[in-house]
Amino acid sequence: MLEVTTRNLKNAVVVVIKGDVDLYSSPKVRKIIIGLTKKKTENVLVDLTQVAYMDSSGVATLVEGLQQVGKYKGKLKLFGLESAVREVFELSRLDKVFEIYENEEKALGTLA
Amino acid sequence: MGLKGDISKHPPVSDKAQDAIEFRVPSDPKILKIVRLSVSHLCDLAGFTAEERNGTTLAVDEACSNIIRHAYDGAHDQPIIVTCKLLTNGVQITIRDFGKNIRKSEIKSRDLEKVRPGGLGVHLIQSVMDVVKYERSSRKGNKLTLAKYKNVK
Repeated sequence: MLEVTTRNLKNAVVVVIKGDVDLYSSPKVRKIIIGLTKKKTENVLVDLTQVAYMDSSGVATLVEGLQQVGKYKGKLKLFGLESAVREVFELSRLDKVFEIYENEEKALGTLA
Repeated sequence: MGLKGDISKHPPVSDKAQDAIEFRVPSDPKILKIVRLSVSHLCDLAGFTAEERNGTTLAVDEACSNIIRHAYDGAHDQPIIVTCKLLTNGVQITIRDFGKNIRKSEIKSRDLEKVRPGGLGVHLIQSVMDVVKYERSSRKGNKLTLAKYKNVK
């Protein structure tokens, strides 16, 4: 079962996703991310370390989040992509659209 | 509508009906993980690399998701029949539904230059599989035949 939690840091909110993100579970991810963008959260970091599988509905959810933060000049960055998840981003050519980092420390290091 | 590849070049290991694995699942998104686990195991039996296995599993998952969303309009209680065969050099997976005929526009890979949510599933299927063939049933529904071969770049 997919779990989505958030962790507030001084300058960012980390969305921690645990489990497979597919047609069944992606609405849960969407609810959290769109909730943050409605509050105009400046920096949203998505932790995918514990996501072994993501389909196009999961990717679409993250694209929607990226577009929403762009409207108020916020940032949405990803980190900790497993190889199977990274492949989906590469096949979709979205690895060039998202800022993707190896881990949380590196993602946080890019925030002003 | 043959979109990619030619299945006839790679015969099945056996044509005996008992050597095909067939399962019928409801069109419920929560069942997709079971389909993925089954296909993933079949890919291991075929001796696929992790990349080949992940791609094939993704393609079948995307195909079933498309059936749920488009052929069955989100209904969770309609049948999807997945038939898997080991080929001499890979796997063949046929996915059958009994919903609306899928329109040509729904199986068209979209322009990736436009960054927008949605519409990526067909692109992913065509990117990772060596054979992608859609057929509309003369009565009702659709049949999608997918194949993946080992060591094909």
